[in-house]
Amino acid sequence: MKVAVLIFPGSNCDHDALHVSQRLMGWDATPVWHQDTELPANTDLVIVPGGFSYGDYLRCGAIASLAPIMKAVHRHADEGRWVLGICNGFQILCEAGLLPGALLRNRGLQFLHQRVHLRVERNDLPFTASLGHGQLLEMPIAHGEGNYTCDEETLALLHANRQIVFKYAHPSGEVNDTSAANGSLEQIAGIVNPSGNVLGLMPHPERACEASLGMMDGLGIFQSLEHSSRLVS
Amino acid sequence: MKIKVTVQLKPAILDPQGKAVEQGLQTLGFKARHVRIGRAIEFDMEASTPEEAREQAQKMCEALLVNPIMEKAIIEVLP
Repeated sequence: MKVAVLIFPGSNCDHDALHVSQRLMGWDATPVWHQDTELPANTDLVIVPGGFSYGDYLRCGAIASLAPIMKAVHRHADEGRWVLGICNGFQILCEAGLLPGALLRNRGLQFLHQRVHLRVERNDLPFTASLGHGQLLEMPIAHGEGNYTCDEETLALLHANRQIVFKYAHPSGEVNDTSAANGSLEQIAGIVNPSGNVLGLMPHPERACEASLGMMDGLGIFQSLEHSSRLVS
Repeated sequence: MKIKVTVQLKPAILDPQGKAVEQGLQTLGFKARHVRIGRAIEFDMEASTPEEAREQAQKMCEALLVNPIMEKAIIEVLP
């Protein structure tokens, strides 16, 4: 599989994404600078990594969403190819209009850096095909603005199109008003576009792929993509 | 022409910063309520009339300065 990992000024999870792609998954992964106007030919997956692109100036992801490379990402997504936005990458995809809604300041105002549990709401996507429906995944969050919001119409569409992919859950698996520490609407941790090829999530699967890091559950998302790429090709 | 755009969270969206400042002011004995925090963006612009300046600023808001999902803007053409 051919992967492009975008790098903006202020990205800081690009090396993690490259490490998982290259070393753990054995993928052909290339860093791509934000000023570039084209993705490498035949890119299957674009990873928009976490960090603080442009220092989070104006709004998280707002300036990055206008970077020259983003036009190529729009074309890539329009062709039905895969885009995975993690943390700041999710914020960038929302600002770019590739995903609906926005990420507000966390409910308690604090930057949250902790392990969370996610409940898999959909396992019929390329990103989740190897996971179980309702499976719990443990991985870290590290964000100040991860409080997902959207208007009622958009929320109705998210439900109608089954766009909610991950919800914050208690370790017991229960999802309720207190399971999202950041205050996300309906405990939303990750969503997909209507056609299912663009996923954004606030938690960091790329930081939960090795036993030495104490968490392995993030690997399931990358393995799902590997599995799905074999079905496609 | 000088333009000032004030961007705030929409009224329907909880502003935890405003809430925190409100509590601080109340602790000091001030009777402040409904505190909202925003950001002010100022710039100079070439325009022949204030209407034209306002129209341009509106377009800037739509294109970049404001995320309409969560924010609203107040545009002022300064003297």
